[in-house]
Amino acid sequence: MNLKRPAPHKRSGRALSAREKYIPTAISVVTVLAVVFILRAVITSSGQWPRIKAQFFSMDAIIEVFPKVLKGFGVNMTVWIISLVVIAVWALLLAVFRSLHGPWFAPLRIFSIIYIDLFRGLPSLLLVLLFGFGIPALQIPGLPRSSLFWGASAMIMSYSAYASEVYRSGIDAVHDGQRSAAKALGLTQWQTLFHCILPQAVRNVLPSLLNLAVALQKDVALLSVLGVRDAVREAQIYTARTFNYSSLIAAAALFLAVTIPMARFTDYITKRDRQRRLQGAS
Amino acid sequence: MYRIEINNLTKYYGDNLVLNNVSLKVKNHEVVCLIGSSGSGKSTLLRCVNDLVPFNEGDIKLDGVSIHDSSFSANELYKRIGIVFQAYNLFPHMTVINNITLAPRKVHRTSRSESEEYAEELLGLFGLGDFANSYPEQLSGGQQQRVAIIRAMANRPDVLMLDEVTAALDPELIGDVLSVIKDLRKKGMTMLIVTHEMSFARSVSDRVCFLDGGSIIEEASPEKLFSKPENPRTQQFLQRIIEAGRL
Repeated sequence: MNLKRPAPHKRSGRALSAREKYIPTAISVVTVLAVVFILRAVITSSGQWPRIKAQFFSMDAIIEVFPKVLKGFGVNMTVWIISLVVIAVWALLLAVFRSLHGPWFAPLRIFSIIYIDLFRGLPSLLLVLLFGFGIPALQIPGLPRSSLFWGASAMIMSYSAYASEVYRSGIDAVHDGQRSAAKALGLTQWQTLFHCILPQAVRNVLPSLLNLAVALQKDVALLSVLGVRDAVREAQIYTARTFNYSSLIAAAALFLAVTIPMARFTDYITKRDRQRRLQGAS
Repeated sequence: MYRIEINNLTKYYGDNLVLNNVSLKVKNHEVVCLIGSSGSGKSTLLRCVNDLVPFNEGDIKLDGVSIHDSSFSANELYKRIGIVFQAYNLFPHMTVINNITLAPRKVHRTSRSESEEYAEELLGLFGLGDFANSYPEQLSGGQQQRVAIIRAMANRPDVLMLDEVTAALDPELIGDVLSVIKDLRKKGMTMLIVTHEMSFARSVSDRVCFLDGGSIIEEASPEKLFSKPENPRTQQFLQRIIEAGRL
């Protein structure tokens, strides 16, 4: 007896009646609203709520501190965008070094492996402190002495190690037949890499890279430990002066305003990528 | 002089003997088919001929010159011996026309307009004129394989090697690819073909070689090899093919 039967298709079967369509939605909406109202009632009715509100959600404090936090956030965004560009290039270079064949390129391969092991193995915060305070303290003539510069460099060093491994996984995922085909057409190792392998590799790993970009956007705040007046630092300064934490909430809102759209964009790219693969496979 | 001359070729993969003292001579404009069961060394032989894989002993000559001679740059060899693979291996991120013109433009420094003109001529010749700006994944398997053949032809090679080019295709798509190969034969292309399509091998080739265990066991005209094979192993192989209904 054949027990196999086709799996039901999501969009197959009879059409849903209006009742079947809307009742689940209506129940969900009512439930969520009920929970929100109950939580709100419980929180606002507790004796502590006015204190919490004043400490974290004081509109006056937020309005007062917002221009400074926003200005600090500008520093975050600038560092983030410059770092992204440098990391995208430097990490790709590291991944390429590591994927080169032949004894001539052994030094580059070994350099890349050591670099990645080192910078991926150390906490970002430690690197930021080491670079941001350590290098300016040497007072070497000709080198920049700005903590911001060296702190950002530390972030770039650290994230490049991760991004390079992401690129490498993308390079490894390109089918071996592509190399054979390129070689048989007479392309050199470099031409194969630039025209055939890397474009496919980058397309393979774009969602993972965007994910790293979101992580970096938040980690730029680590530079505040160097005294760089970014959003977090500005918020801390206000907190230290007034013992009010609303400034941190203001900074938090700014971070979310960037990271959430970025996360949605990553989802969109991931989905598009998956559809492309499914299409290619069929 | 022979176009391709393979003398006493021996190749190991690790301790595994894949090619055992293989010799084969191919004249200009000749079409030679290699048949045999999987693992008999047919594909490896092709890959040795254009230096995609190294071999241990023996010698391969193209127009009388060893392929390892210093007068051959790698590019020169790849330009003169084209190869097409079973899995097409088109570059998925490039349009058909860019797939075809990549090597002429980047390796042979032909101008874009000149190489595109030739590519379009070839596409039109093989019934793919409408697909110049399509991406490989928008094409059927048979169309992709024809593009792969055109891509190899765009280098204007002296010899074309085809490695089981119809093995991955649906039966109804095989015909188009085979007719392209027959066209190339009419134009005088020298070809070395690995195939499992026995009736095709019979109709297209001047000579057929049966490989078994890394050696050429029998080499004869297609009429002779398919109707009166001498070697018992060839007979056994063809018997199985006939039983499977593929001849």
